[in-house]
Order: sequence, then C-alpha cells, then structure tokens
Amino acid sequence: MIRFDHVTKQLGGRNVLDDLSCDINKGEIFAIVGPSGTGKSVTLKHMVRLLTPTSGAVWVGDVEMSAVNGDELARARERFGYLFQGGALLGWMTVAENIALPLRERTRMTEDEIEERVMQVLSAVGMEQDGDKYPSEISGGMQKRAGLARAIIREPEIVLYDEPTSGLDPVTARTIDQLIRRLNEELGITSVVVTHDLQGALLIADRIAMLTGGRFVEVSPPKTFVATDQPDVRKFLDAQFISKKGLEGF
Amino acid sequence: MITREPVYTDAPATAWEGLWRMVLMGLADVGRLGVLTMQALAGIPAMLFSRRQRREWVRQMYQMGIKSLPIISVVGMFTGMILGLQVGLELRRFNQEIYIGPAVMVSMLREMGPFMSALILAACVGSSMAAQIGTMTVNDEIAALEIMSIDPVRFLMTPRMAAMVVMTPLLSFYTCVLGVIGGGIVGLTQLNVAWDKYMTMAMDFARMRDLYVGLFKAMVFGIIITGVSCYEGFTTRQGAVGVGQATRRSVITSFLLVLVVGYIITRMFYDL
Repeated sequence: MIRFDHVTKQLGGRNVLDDLSCDINKGEIFAIVGPSGTGKSVTLKHMVRLLTPTSGAVWVGDVEMSAVNGDELARARERFGYLFQGGALLGWMTVAENIALPLRERTRMTEDEIEERVMQVLSAVGMEQDGDKYPSEISGGMQKRAGLARAIIREPEIVLYDEPTSGLDPVTARTIDQLIRRLNEELGITSVVVTHDLQGALLIADRIAMLTGGRFVEVSPPKTFVATDQPDVRKFLDAQFISKKGLEGF
Repeated sequence: MITREPVYTDAPATAWEGLWRMVLMGLADVGRLGVLTMQALAGIPAMLFSRRQRREWVRQMYQMGIKSLPIISVVGMFTGMILGLQVGLELRRFNQEIYIGPAVMVSMLREMGPFMSALILAACVGSSMAAQIGTMTVNDEIAALEIMSIDPVRFLMTPRMAAMVVMTPLLSFYTCVLGVIGGGIVGLTQLNVAWDKYMTMAMDFARMRDLYVGLFKAMVFGIIITGVSCYEGFTTRQGAVGVGQATRRSVITSFLLVLVVGYIITRMFYDL
C-alpha cells in the first residue's frame, strides 16, 4: 500500500532518513517508534508529500507521491486522513464546522447530508454533545478526537497519526488507542501511527518499526518486537520498563 | 503549492558572500511573493461563484474596513488639519491663504489619502493577517488544509485579497473626505477662510484624474499589503517567536513597498 524505496532526506547537512526502505500493507496498523528527533514525523510527512525526499521515492499504491503535483497531488491526498499532534483544528470554526470542512470544500454533498455525516463521526469519537464548541473550549484529548473525526470524515483508505497520545493522561491515551483499533477493524483503514508511547503501540499495532539513525532497525509484530535482542530496541524497551514478556506485567 | 521544506544554510565565509546570499534570498522572496499574490488575485473570479467564499469575503470586508473606521477617521481628519495648517501658515505670508482648499484637496486625493489609509491598514490589518496565518502555519493548520486538498491560498488569502482590493480605495476616499473637512475646519477657525470659499476653490482645482489615480494607488497598496502579510504568514517558522518576527516583517515590508510603489505610480501618471 505504502512503499518507501531507498528514501534519503537531508536536512541541515544531516541525513534524517538514510536509505530508508519499507512496505506498509493494506489494512494494517503500522506503528513507528523511536527516540525524539530521529525522523518519525518526517517519515509521516513524506507519505503525504508535505516533505519531498532528497533521493528515493515514496509510493502509495501505484502513485509516486514524491513526484506528483497540482491536481494529481490533491487527488492522491484525498486517500489520506492525517491527525496532527495538536489536532490542527481551525480556531475560528466550531468542532462541527471543522469536521464538516473537507465535505463542504471538496464534495457536492447537501447541508443535510453533511450534518448527518458529521453527527456519525462525532458519535464514533464520542463527542456527540460537543459539536457546537470551539477548539479553545475543549481539552487536548477532545481536540485530538475532533481532529481524528475530521481525518476520517471522508472515509480515507489511510490514516496517519502523529503522536496521537502525547500529552494525554493514560486513560485518555488508551481511549484514543482503542479508537484507532476500532476504526481499523470497522472501516478497514490502513493506519500509520508515529508514537513515543510504546505501550500503546504494543496494544494496537500489527507491526512495530523502530526508527534509529534514519533507518528502521527492527520491523516486526509486537510479540517479536519485545523479544528482540536488537540493542537500540532493547534500550528503548528497557527505558519504558517493558521486558521480553511484553506488557504482561502491566 | 506552499513549500514546508526547512531552509538550512551554512554561515557565509566572507562578508561579501553573506551580502550576495542576502540579495539572492531577497530576490527569491520577491519572486515567491509575486507568484503567491498572482495566485490569490487569479482566485477572485472563482470566489465570486462560491456562496461560502462570498460570505467570507463580506466578513473580511467588515473586519478590515468597518472595524478600521474609527482610527482611519481620526488619522484622516488630523492629516487634513495638519496639511491645512502648515500650508495655510506659509500661504498667509503672501496673503494667499484662500488657496489652502486646493492644496489640501489635491494632496489628499493624490498622495495623503491612499498613503495614510495604506499605512493604517498595513499596521492594523496586515499585521493581524500575518499573525493569524503565521499562527495557523506553526500549529499545522495550513498543512492540515493541504492534506484535506483545500488550497490555503484560495481558502484563506483570496477572500482577504478581494476584501482589501475593495476596501482600501473606499477607505482612501473616506480619508480624503475627512482630510478635506479637517483642512476646512483649520481654514475656518484659524485662517479666516470661509467654508464655502474653501470648498469652492478646492472643488475647482480638483480633477477627476487625481481621484482615479489616488483610488488606483490605494487598490495597489491593498494588494501589496495582503500579498506581503499572507506571504509572511505562510512562511512563518519557529513557533511564537516566528509569528512575532513575521508580523514585524509584514509591517516593515508593506511600509517600504507602499512608499516605493507610491512614488512609481505617481511618476507614471504625472509628468514633470
């Protein structure tokens, strides 16, 4: 579904991504973990062409994202939903208006149809009562849920999550994780989750990739991931008190 | 497409290299500003066919125009009063104070009306545009629009551009009217020039061409202020500090361009 083909991204004379290659399968939840500043968000931004590789190519299906422009890029991006760290809701619009925005701007749906669809996704993220509120009136967790509702309103094939649980309390973080899992199971959405929260990744991901030094040093299902002897992964797991038995102790 | 690629440059080896790089980067900025401005202007016809965009256009006109009226009123009135007083004091030495009407009228129509309204709009409206779009940029809201396949230029900049194209000439005309009234008040109260004589002389000397050139100039100033402010907003980096810098740069650049372009337009329409 998504393929990184020897992608290198140079920023400030440093290879943030260094000959990175990987395949993300249709319908899976693919989590990217790693220390801060290793290029996790940069990887995500390449998938929607917010950044362009210095060399190599990013493919989404049969479209080379790193080469398309104009209308073709706009069409390619319609396959994606993207949840930003802060939600990225427009401050002067209510939650419902924010969620309806992609439908109002990019479809010919009637206002009644839009309203119905907005209520559906608000309900899916548990915010039926909050549509009339402005982003500044809701908590960080609710902003992320509203951002998620906006990301999925056009039923995208792929949803990219940039630190969906950062800055949230553990209960809200697990709620978001469950939401990601549920959307994946119910709608068959391919999900790519960039996160520091390894516990969350172990709970929801089909495969976890550890990004260090611009490359994936380990890509494996959660059980294999926690049992690996790869030193960078081990260090990362130990720092979060996760043993080779995984989350059994929690 | 608005690029989000970070720009990194090594420190220049020599002062000349640094200067040369500044010139090149300045020219690149001018080019990108020009392209962005043209994209926003080109979007105006399509905007007129969209009900939501038209609503946003009207909202922007209200925000920019009507909300600027109090400050514009004060500035317009006092600009005319200062002009009337300075010119009147000199003319009085030759017993020609009756001519303050034409002097104030022509100065306001040709220069001071468009110039003063542009300065106020750059400071009030332009800075607010740069700050708003800059904040949206650093909060990933612009990136979010792009990913939703919503063109940020069409969505955010075009209604602002259209609003400024309409409101700057209107506010400029309003400034001229108040300036002429201010000059008349000074003439009446301090130079003993009767109101009807002041107005008759002012109207006799004013030409329609002065009005048209002044309004055209104001419209160009509106385009410059919107272009510069939105460009600074879209290219904001580095969080809150970046937003502050973008706002400051938008005001300074708008001021300078208004001065330079104002001279060029005057030179184009008035031969020596």
